[in-house]
Amino acid sequence: MAKSAPEETRIVTKFLRARPKDSWTFEAARKHNKAYSAFEKALGMEPAELVEQVSLSGLRGRGGAGFGTGQKWSFLPKGVFPRYLAVNADEGEPATFKDHMLIEGDPHQIIEGVAITAYAIEAHHAFIYIRGEFALGAERLQQAVDDAYANGYLGENILESGFHLEVVVHRGAGCYIAGDETGLLSSLEGERAMPRIKPPFPAVQGLYAAPTVVNNVETMSAIPHIIRRGGQWYAGLGVNKSTGTRVFSVSGMVERPGNYEVELGMTFRGLIEGLAGGVRGGKKMKFFIPGGASAPWLMPEHLDEPLDMDRASELKTMLGSGAIMVFDETVDPLLVAWRLAKFFAHESCGKCTPCREGSGWIEKVLYRMVNGLGRPDDLDLLLDFGQSIVPGLNAPFSQTTICALGPSTMSHVVSLDRFFGDEIRARLRADAARRSQLEVRSA
Amino acid sequence: MPTSATRATSGARTGLTDADRRRAKALVGRYPHAKSALLPLLHLAQDRNGWVTPAALEEIAEMLNLTPALVLGTCSFYTMFKREPAGALVVSVCTNVSCLVNGGPELLEALRSRFADDGDVLVEEVECLAACDVTPVLQVNYEYHNGLTAAAAIDLVEQYRRGELAARTISGTRTDGTDAPSASAPKSSTTPKKASSKTSAKSSTKKRS
Repeated sequence: MAKSAPEETRIVTKFLRARPKDSWTFEAARKHNKAYSAFEKALGMEPAELVEQVSLSGLRGRGGAGFGTGQKWSFLPKGVFPRYLAVNADEGEPATFKDHMLIEGDPHQIIEGVAITAYAIEAHHAFIYIRGEFALGAERLQQAVDDAYANGYLGENILESGFHLEVVVHRGAGCYIAGDETGLLSSLEGERAMPRIKPPFPAVQGLYAAPTVVNNVETMSAIPHIIRRGGQWYAGLGVNKSTGTRVFSVSGMVERPGNYEVELGMTFRGLIEGLAGGVRGGKKMKFFIPGGASAPWLMPEHLDEPLDMDRASELKTMLGSGAIMVFDETVDPLLVAWRLAKFFAHESCGKCTPCREGSGWIEKVLYRMVNGLGRPDDLDLLLDFGQSIVPGLNAPFSQTTICALGPSTMSHVVSLDRFFGDEIRARLRADAARRSQLEVRSA
Repeated sequence: MPTSATRATSGARTGLTDADRRRAKALVGRYPHAKSALLPLLHLAQDRNGWVTPAALEEIAEMLNLTPALVLGTCSFYTMFKREPAGALVVSVCTNVSCLVNGGPELLEALRSRFADDGDVLVEEVECLAACDVTPVLQVNYEYHNGLTAAAAIDLVEQYRRGELAARTISGTRTDGTDAPSASAPKSSTTPKKASSKTSAKSSTKKRS
């Protein structure tokens, strides 16, 4: 039980929560949120100082992989131009809805982050790749970009600094894998959104084979605050190497589903029970998924673990995109696993054979398992051929595919075995026995 | 890049208009490499005709100096692009896990059976639409309408169909350029293609300068 009521620590969501009626407009953002004042400050600093402040803040990418943002920026090879900035607004990880809110609610915060980042990495062309289905989001973002141009914060010779920056809002067209950093670059080049093998990393050869930084929308949203208040301030929030705040999307069977921005280090219990109100209708929790559909599951016994990216790795899962899905005791874990398998089979781009073939087979086998037609050894069959996608079943650390979608197809299978293995094997045996009896009687 | 006379003729019925071509040129100009404009141009073509017609596809290929096969390859990869007439309204219903346990599949089933014989309405099962706090999640031409019962959702789609609510185009472009819905929605007619091209005609000249 939590001792005191857990609270949100609002940084990137503060303004959009405070002014839900007009937070996305230039006028409101400028008047009530000092929008672009951090960018003005940044223009008076050296690019290297900005990279240093962001490194100092300990900020890690909020898209899923959790890579150090300052580190990513510093990987750009010296003296190689042009450089590009691509912003990942293609939020598609199931149950993640934080970027959606940030885009519709506070587009100027994102654009300010983009402008500061571009200045820091010496890029003059930035692309915001927004998910095609976000029609209103694309509209608000485009309007915000237009207003930023009209007020001299984008374009030529910004605020007489000599710095110039073009920002393009680019709409996707319905595709999960465009949210992978290299898939996004392929898509932005007019190709199928197929991920590319790394190395070369985008920092060396990204968009049009030029040095490119790809950052998530929430990461961009944090940048103005870090520049305004200093990297040291941000590093003082959070826990261990998970500094600052994150916006967690809590959904599924909870009393108050929603986005909650909290300091890292809060427990899952604080977030799920304290803020989201716990499992709906006073039921018991069966399990939860801690970091989007790609993340291996956790159980009620893990509720007192902290929201810490490295601790999540120790628990063989991840905080991923920050999406937490809660399921109560009435839910069939096989049904959830099958639906996730169906998702990955649909979204596999088809480039790597293990994922293209494996994702479809996993879905087929889970389908028969969930519908009472499973064979007694089906779970072991899945674990066996899953080895050809994730050798050692040690997701997400080893994989035979180019991108992380491959190992993600096995996350839920591994979780089924880890937490419900005996239960499922018994059920499969019972299903098979029942079917053979039916066969005898009909013979 | 100007298109050839033959293209213009063959595209007269189902390709791009002169206004579209001017718009396309501006879109291409936003990118360091023309090919990057492919997705935006496909959205533009879909707004024009209600789907990506073969004529428009070839015209885009020519504009970007790509082969039609390559353009088709990209186009077919993305679920939002329809390569046959899809009707005037695309109704997207999420059934991914958070909706799975909150009435998504039931909503999909109800909408599917109600509009099964309606050529104007395409009901699609889609993956997570990133609005899991208000389930079940539904979009009509990419406008969110979340947390509805089956009866309310059917009523909503019928209002769109009767033109009482202004629909976006089937690529999700707003048809009036303001925040308040006011443009006429696609009329329920036997020729969905025409209905949607009427709404998109307005959209292509507006916004995103």
